[in-house]
Amino acid sequence: MLDRTADNVARATPEPLAKKIRGISDKGLAWLFISPTILLLLAINIFPLFWAIYLSFTNYRANRPNEVVKNLGLANYQRILGDQDIWIAMQTTAHFVFWTILLQTVIGFTLAWLIDRKFRGHAFWTTVILVPMMLSPAVVGNFWRFLYEPQIGLFSYVVSFVTGIPPTNVQMLSNVELAPWSIIIVDTWMWTPYVMLICLAGLRSIPEYIYEAAEVDRASNWRQFWSITLPMALPFIMLAVLFRGIENFKMFDMVNLLTGGGPGSTTEVASITLKRQAFESWRTGYSSAFAIILFVAVFGLANIYVKALNKVKQR
Amino acid sequence: MSLTTAHSVVAPSSNAKLIAGTIIIAYALISIVPLLWIFATSFKTPPDSIAYPPKIVFQPSIEGYCNLFTTRTRQTPEYINSLGPATGFCDETVRKRNMVIAGPSNFLPRFVNSLIIAFGSTFCAVFLGTLSAYGFSRFKVPLADDLLFFILSTRFMPPIAVAIPIYLMYRELGLSDTALGMILLYTAVNVSLAVWLLKGFIDEIPREYEEAAMIDGYTRLQAFWRTVLPQATTGIAATAIFCLIFAWNEYAFAALLTSGTAQTAPPFIPTIIGEGGQDWPAVAAGTTIFLVPILVFTILLRKQLLRGITFGAVRK
Repeated sequence: MLDRTADNVARATPEPLAKKIRGISDKGLAWLFISPTILLLLAINIFPLFWAIYLSFTNYRANRPNEVVKNLGLANYQRILGDQDIWIAMQTTAHFVFWTILLQTVIGFTLAWLIDRKFRGHAFWTTVILVPMMLSPAVVGNFWRFLYEPQIGLFSYVVSFVTGIPPTNVQMLSNVELAPWSIIIVDTWMWTPYVMLICLAGLRSIPEYIYEAAEVDRASNWRQFWSITLPMALPFIMLAVLFRGIENFKMFDMVNLLTGGGPGSTTEVASITLKRQAFESWRTGYSSAFAIILFVAVFGLANIYVKALNKVKQR
Repeated sequence: MSLTTAHSVVAPSSNAKLIAGTIIIAYALISIVPLLWIFATSFKTPPDSIAYPPKIVFQPSIEGYCNLFTTRTRQTPEYINSLGPATGFCDETVRKRNMVIAGPSNFLPRFVNSLIIAFGSTFCAVFLGTLSAYGFSRFKVPLADDLLFFILSTRFMPPIAVAIPIYLMYRELGLSDTALGMILLYTAVNVSLAVWLLKGFIDEIPREYEEAAMIDGYTRLQAFWRTVLPQATTGIAATAIFCLIFAWNEYAFAALLTSGTAQTAPPFIPTIIGEGGQDWPAVAAGTTIFLVPILVFTILLRKQLLRGITFGAVRK
């Protein structure tokens, strides 16, 4: 499998073309190599983005393509920023992002630290732990609906078995209080290995001689952890938080299949609101404006964060 | 503490190892229970799958797989008795539930769509990515850092935000619900990963090899072809698998931009329903078939995993 894929790629540059551009300058070759990618991204990412920016100033509706499009100026943006439901969706997203990142970082780092004790068989068990994060969040998220079913679902059964709550009362997906936690549990189950893997790289990057020196200075284990392990692994932890933060801010597939934003709108994260506005209410202009706001928010926050990350790295 | 012990002073004690090992193994076992449950459910009969308490020991059956690949209609016992003998196990199982097989389900075509779109987009993304990565790695490209950041920044957009204008654009171009449209879209999403990962891999190949080849009379292109590509094989293969996994698992674009002919497996599997709700053994069977290729790839990839999931930011 591995070799065949690479062969395909290698065969893809046709020989006649190669002969024709023999002796082409490096500069020409550089552009020849890079421009197809740039053109594709311009066509599939940038052009649509500008289109979305244009639409965000209009009242366009995708399900009524023949209607006259009116220019609304900034009205869509004003309406979004004053819309109570949008702010509730942003709070739901913040709640989801905060708890998933906190849980994944704490559990992921702990697991990485334990694996770094290098017990026998640690490589095998690490691979086992990594499996959930490679799977499709949509397909696996969909199956969690079954695990969460009251009574017949394995998760609900185990919870009622352990806590003694009657099995019909463990309603993870339809209870307003529990539904936000049901998506946090699945996301944490799925993505803790991701944080763990990055933290493990961080722990392994710490040179052994630093610990040896600390040992000579008779620093306690506790002290070593707080003064060496944690600060030196911090850039890696921050990187993991960055990647997870961006991904979970955009979270759509798992939540859409697990709760669809419900019950009511208790798990309606920003992407679900966006989908409801754009593809169910068909308020294309309005939802484009919301999409632009989300994009600017992710981009801005990520930029500020990367600056902080670089500062930590330089220390 | 003496420094003359046989072992490194910082090596964890055997007690620490034992505790760490126990916790990790416990976590690993608990975290794969949902996956084992998917696998087990795929071999349960529908009544077994919704039994209370959940059944751990059960009589295995391939009814879930039968239901996954077929559509069935309910018939009267008289009609079923009037039919000839059952042809094959699935036919027999279905008749026991007073049903007859009406035809194949959509699962197989959806699965084939997934294969075509995932492999097609992976091939395009890796092809474009290899060229660009070589360009950025070896040539002085004006504004290289800005271009690379631009390529990466396309990943910051929420998929739904991208889907709105893409939906309109594809409608104009007649690309809605076509495999070509999905391949183009996934290629665009994956090419950012491919460029970043492959640039890292190609950066690690010493320039001296190509320079030696060019001194021997090769052109730049021949040198790229004969010295760089063979050495980048591992990196290209790893990148290809990452692109493949993304395209295989993708749901948001597929759910919004395809509905029939080009629909892939992820939006299809949740819609598998039987009589009176979701047919969980059939869903589990579809999920199992869908997940197995990824399990194989994960094991193949485990050494490159870290690099892939961080866009090459962490290389170990």
